[in-house]
Amino acid sequence: MADLLSKVGLYLSYPFVQYALIVGVLISLCSSLLGVTLVLKRFSFIGDGLSHVAFGAMSIAAVLKLSNDMPLTLLITIICAVLLLRTGQNTKIKGDASIAMISVGALAVGYLLMNIFEPSGNISGDVCSTLFGSTSILTLSELDVWLCVILSIIVAAVFIFFYNKIFSVTFDESFAEATGTRASLYNLLIAVVIAVIIVLAMNLVGSLLISALVIFPALSAMRVFKSFKSVTVCSAALSVGCSLSGILLSVAFETPVGSTIVAVDIAVFFVFMLLGKLKR
Amino acid sequence: MALLKCENLTLGYDGVEILSGLSFEIEKGDYLCIVGENGSGKTTLMKTILGLRAPREGSVTFGEGLKKTDVGYLPQQSDFQRDFPASVREIVLSGCQNRMGLRPFYGKKEKALALENIEKMRLSDLKARSYRELSGGQQQRVLLARALCAAREILLLDEPVAGLDPRVTEEMYSIIDELNKRDKMTIIMISHDIRAALRYSNKILHIGSEVFFGTTEEYLESREMNTLGGHGNG
Repeated sequence: MADLLSKVGLYLSYPFVQYALIVGVLISLCSSLLGVTLVLKRFSFIGDGLSHVAFGAMSIAAVLKLSNDMPLTLLITIICAVLLLRTGQNTKIKGDASIAMISVGALAVGYLLMNIFEPSGNISGDVCSTLFGSTSILTLSELDVWLCVILSIIVAAVFIFFYNKIFSVTFDESFAEATGTRASLYNLLIAVVIAVIIVLAMNLVGSLLISALVIFPALSAMRVFKSFKSVTVCSAALSVGCSLSGILLSVAFETPVGSTIVAVDIAVFFVFMLLGKLKR
Repeated sequence: MALLKCENLTLGYDGVEILSGLSFEIEKGDYLCIVGENGSGKTTLMKTILGLRAPREGSVTFGEGLKKTDVGYLPQQSDFQRDFPASVREIVLSGCQNRMGLRPFYGKKEKALALENIEKMRLSDLKARSYRELSGGQQQRVLLARALCAAREILLLDEPVAGLDPRVTEEMYSIIDELNKRDKMTIIMISHDIRAALRYSNKILHIGSEVFFGTTEEYLESREMNTLGGHGNG
């Protein structure tokens, strides 16, 4: 045990671990904020779909040999988020089908491009780390960290500023629209913010595991708490707590960061499910 | 000038026309019931009046300075709302959203208004409770309190008593009647319940295979004259 602690202590003195912790806290905070809205609006899978889109966009950036893939990935993901939310409302192809189409399509095309153009010598390693985020959180550059910090602050600020409007659009879109709130505008805002969160979160847990980061804290909080505000605050706290402990555990036991965080999230979900049952 | 004027409306969805050439006017203080068979387009008409969907033809005009932000609306509940984690107070407050403009947070005025409507709907004991723990009638009263926060002139109700038991139904009707008579709120209500429509409203709009618009007395007379009409499904 003392061994383990000194090992963690040693790692904590390295800047890349410090970066990982800072970024981890910020990303998990942001991802949990909109999680409640996504779960309640039955949009859980949009997060999943968008993360696959982000994977496709990242491979395009890799093929183009861009030095920093974040701006391009962000742009493509935002466009897809807007398109997906729009199609959710009134089209021939129903919401879930179009999400499945776009996400699986992006995944396939991304992998195909990576293989055809071979941007680096170690494709399967690259793909694996984009999908599961096994190493990327520990290889962040200072620029990545700053970008993460700025985007996270923007996301949190937007969420707080529009909190009441997001609540009314989430609870009842047609009422909001009918009484003069521009629901479609706020849906657009939600879509853009989700896209930003997804791209940020790819660094932390990789694109296959993002949904977990978005959904689990919200679902756990909803088991126990009853008002929108308390659910939101609780899910933010849970998310940050789980990510921090996940990162530390992964350092201590040399497990992959992303899946360790998600495992902690799952464990917490079961605890909260029990708590919810006991409370009733 | 009437408070609300619908001219030559044609409604439909998915390319199917369900109603055409509909014109009617509502004055301040009216209590209008919209009745008609299932699928005759009652909810579509209400959504058109609210501006949630565009009419295929014709127009809806607000008169007497009525603005979109003076309108209150009680939609039919969707399933996902029934297990939404939100307190009664949060939901009622969200009705004040149309007074906010770009202001991000509710002020004293909005909180007072929400409280007033919570009391009016006799929800004071429940205001800290979670919406999903309430009974159907209580939930409906919460949504009505929210609509009242938004409504300054006119209240549109889409089947406010759907799924409620008879006692709660009566209670709901008397609350709405009081809003109309005492608070001078203009009411437009979709109803399946023809008896309640005849009892409370002063104007009736019947849509479907036959279209009727007029006062409730005229409607009664026309029904007695025309016993062939297949109404009365309530």
